[in-house]
Amino acid sequence: MSHDEDHITSTSEKLVRMANQIAAFFHSKSREEGVAGVAEHINKFWEPRMRRQFFELLDSGEGFDELVVAASARIKRPITPAEADLKLGLKPFPADAAASQK
Amino acid sequence: MNIKADFPSLVEEIDYGTPESRAQKQVTLSVDGRSITVPEGTSIMRAAMEGGVEIPKLCATDMLDSFGSCRVCLVEIEGRGGTPASCTTPVGEGMVVRTQSDRLDAIRRGVMELYVSDHPTGWNEKAGTGASEFDTVAKSVGLTENRYGVEGRNHVKQEDGVAPGHGSLAVDYIARDESNPYFTYDPAQCIVCSRCVRACEEVQGTFALTIEGRGFESRMVAGMHEDFIASECVSCGACVQACPTDALREKTVLEKGMPERSAVTTCAYCGVGCSFKAEVKDDEVIRMMPYKDGKANHGHSCVKGRFAYGYATHKDRILSPMIREKISDPWREVSWEEAIAHTAKEFRRIQYQYGRTSIGGITSSRCTNEETYLVQKLVRQGFRNNNVDTCARVCHSPTGYGLGQTYGTSAGTQDFDSVEFTDVAVIIGANPVSAHPVFASRLKKRLRQGAKLIVLDPRRTEMVKSAHIEADYHLPLKPGTNVAVLTSLAHVIVTEGLFDEAFIRERCDWTEFQDWASFVALPENSPEIVGKLSGVDPELIRGAARLYAKGGNGAIYYGLGVTEHSQGSTTVMAIANLAMATGNIGRPGVGVNPLRGQNNVQGSCDMGSFPHELPGYRHISGEAVRDIYESLWGVKLDDEPGLRIPNMLDAAVDGSFKGIYIQGEDILQSDPDTKHVAGGLAAMECVVVHDLFLNETANYAHVFLPGSTFLEKDGTFTNAERRINMVRKVLEPKARYADWEATQELARAIGLDWNYTHPSQIMDEIAQTTPSFANVSFELLDRVGSVQWPCNEKAPLGTPIMHIDGFVRGKGKFIRTEYVATDERTGPRFPLLLTTGRILSQYNVGAQTRRTDNVMWHSEDRLEIHPHDAENRGLRDGDWVRLTSRSGETTLRALITDRVSPGVVYTTFHHPDTQANVITTDFSDWATNCPEYKVTAVQVGASNGPSDWQREYDEQARNSRRIASLQAAE
Repeated sequence: MSHDEDHITSTSEKLVRMANQIAAFFHSKSREEGVAGVAEHINKFWEPRMRRQFFELLDSGEGFDELVVAASARIKRPITPAEADLKLGLKPFPADAAASQK
Repeated sequence: MNIKADFPSLVEEIDYGTPESRAQKQVTLSVDGRSITVPEGTSIMRAAMEGGVEIPKLCATDMLDSFGSCRVCLVEIEGRGGTPASCTTPVGEGMVVRTQSDRLDAIRRGVMELYVSDHPTGWNEKAGTGASEFDTVAKSVGLTENRYGVEGRNHVKQEDGVAPGHGSLAVDYIARDESNPYFTYDPAQCIVCSRCVRACEEVQGTFALTIEGRGFESRMVAGMHEDFIASECVSCGACVQACPTDALREKTVLEKGMPERSAVTTCAYCGVGCSFKAEVKDDEVIRMMPYKDGKANHGHSCVKGRFAYGYATHKDRILSPMIREKISDPWREVSWEEAIAHTAKEFRRIQYQYGRTSIGGITSSRCTNEETYLVQKLVRQGFRNNNVDTCARVCHSPTGYGLGQTYGTSAGTQDFDSVEFTDVAVIIGANPVSAHPVFASRLKKRLRQGAKLIVLDPRRTEMVKSAHIEADYHLPLKPGTNVAVLTSLAHVIVTEGLFDEAFIRERCDWTEFQDWASFVALPENSPEIVGKLSGVDPELIRGAARLYAKGGNGAIYYGLGVTEHSQGSTTVMAIANLAMATGNIGRPGVGVNPLRGQNNVQGSCDMGSFPHELPGYRHISGEAVRDIYESLWGVKLDDEPGLRIPNMLDAAVDGSFKGIYIQGEDILQSDPDTKHVAGGLAAMECVVVHDLFLNETANYAHVFLPGSTFLEKDGTFTNAERRINMVRKVLEPKARYADWEATQELARAIGLDWNYTHPSQIMDEIAQTTPSFANVSFELLDRVGSVQWPCNEKAPLGTPIMHIDGFVRGKGKFIRTEYVATDERTGPRFPLLLTTGRILSQYNVGAQTRRTDNVMWHSEDRLEIHPHDAENRGLRDGDWVRLTSRSGETTLRALITDRVSPGVVYTTFHHPDTQANVITTDFSDWATNCPEYKVTAVQVGASNGPSDWQREYDEQARNSRRIASLQAAE
């Protein structure tokens, strides 16, 4: 377990790679279809904390494919964990309330 | 004489003697005065049996073509001379047949007397098994004497003790062959009816058996006169099933006697979903007999389904719940009540402390539909999130996505019977001979009848060339180039005008087709360019494309070699495109057929195991769909998708995911990048493993709930052809609860009001809420055996073939499939490409099969390497080698073979000490996060012994399996 420690990929690196992989598939489609396709895919399959992290990465200018950047306007910004709890008729869990303070 | 005892609760099947005729025209004849109407081409033997007249027979059985050698089934036909064999004589209109007369009785008795002279039963009268048809026939023909004696040269004399194996002076005597762990062969009891030889050829397609010698020397032998275990026999057991004597007999039957009761159930190994009669005596399974009415297997099986059930009673099974504070502690056995209460408390604490979405669950593709449904319900209704996933994530999730996008539903298009109408079979990234053996037997039968075969696989698999089978085209493509090669096949079909315009215009969107056609026609998709990057001769690509497009009914069968890639979903779409472009969809003999790995991987996907969809593949964001469940379950459902398995592990490492309920899956061994999985699990505070054994994942668990085997519960499995088959309980759960009951206990403990008393009620809830299952019920399945979904008002008895009058989504959708090379590339440090797969005798991570005698065929994972690459590295066959990737390293022994191309190495992942997944990386399919198991850049070198990781892992595993009250288990 020695030679590969420098190769552990962080979650944020993975998110960038995943988004760019999605964009790579949609590049062969028309521009409109590509932008809609990337956004729809991420909306459909990425859990809110992943999308939350995605927007943080986007804001920090991480190395996203330009098609991802173009699609980002159509990617749903998740509501806060506390809002999500409330939407389900639950009193926000303490941890969710705390996380939503940020 | 041993007579079959009458066990009223043993499921009996009628043997009609010869196969069914498929002719349309009906013929009426008279047999012993009864008027019988059957299809033209039916044998007299079968017609008689259908009319209720049983003609004695030895060499005939309805699994095999008639042979006409035993001369016991003779009949008299009015107006014809002699006494023809009823098995080989077809019925004729107005024919008058007599099956009994003094003459026939005398002939049959004479024949049986001759047989008996060379067939001393068993060791003595009492030792017979009662399984022998021979004994029954001898009795039915009224045999009372044997004037010829029993001193045949191939068996010892009765007065000498008739104890085979203890030596004999008889020159042609061959000792009993006990080499196969599951059955014995006693040549002295062979009557040379050839049923075993024919079963091995016709049913199994292995051609391992033959008849040797003449007169007293003649008998069946395996291979080149070898022991069974040393021969090419694959131990499917078809010969044992076919044998009318005790020459070939299950060891369990010899040791424990004949079973007393049985129930029809479904195999818990691969996605073929074979039906078996589980035959039991004194609460012990004596044997698993393939069920002829089983629509997937029609009475055949493989070595796993028929014989490898011993894990169910293996000493390693954990039968008591256990808990521990830390994973470094020994386990502590506790009551179910304590384990359940502890788990519920922990999950509630974690949600309080880390948030609602900090826990989740994994459903099992090995458990029943009902159990899977309950786990996702527990997560959605109880945990109030959508963090549920299943091991299909790591195998066929791209199938779901790709076929969903193109055709509108996530399922194979055909039934297995469809292969009987196939003219060109295309096998892509699958090795059915090893992984789906019963389907492979049916496919091989069709190939022997003349169907053509195209194989796309980096390895020269058994499918490419084996007894009486040879692929017309084998495209040995470089791992990772599937999309390029499939798009290139499409290039040939489009540019050479081989597409089916009428079909496309009628069933698909013509504009989308034109767009797709202009894309595939681009020069970069031509075989000449693609051949360079994929390593495939362009002429092979052209030839294969022409054959598939114009060779008649073309059917594509594919496996994990398609899905487990960065472009897995794209490859599935490319396959779907090819079938649409050539009109190979919507009738028998064609279609797109994913070969599913696990027994219920189709079912677990159907049951809403994915974090983004509810049962029946309906996205969680749909309000109307959520309404159905919200009103039934009495809670609001989260409308956002949950975490997939890899995302859960990432979130765990990041600290936002802390608890998980894992039913029947071993993610530590089966998921890629073992170290990352271990890191994720280690970061969690409550890992609950619900399984038969302390699997590898349990090394990181805090709660262990003992699971139940498929023999211990009722329910349903859904196989690769969407067929919902019954699983029936034949034994009581060894650890008190069937898995669905344990999940229900947990649900109640977290406050849900669940009151299921039988799995049939769970299926009723599924049917009530899922349109494609609307008509399914246990009552229906008991009545008709099985159905293929969709099963609803429109198709009350299910749907064998999909998309007949149009695609589920409306118009079939052509999608551009641009080849994007994976980031996983060879370079100076890692110059070889590793790909992984299975072998016949082992199943998946081996947790079950390693605990059976199947280890006799495969006791370790080996690294297949081409002689050229081996020589460059100074490696010899059998040497220990170190296998290194950027993720980790492991050691295993080399197997030098040219089945793999230079530059490619291959291994299986059945053994935890090899840990092939230490090597595999965190790359995954772009659409579904299905891991890229099939491509890893590696280096191979000589090794002195286990890697540091293997040593540390072994130590950690041994430590973590300690059980306090018992002291160190395993």
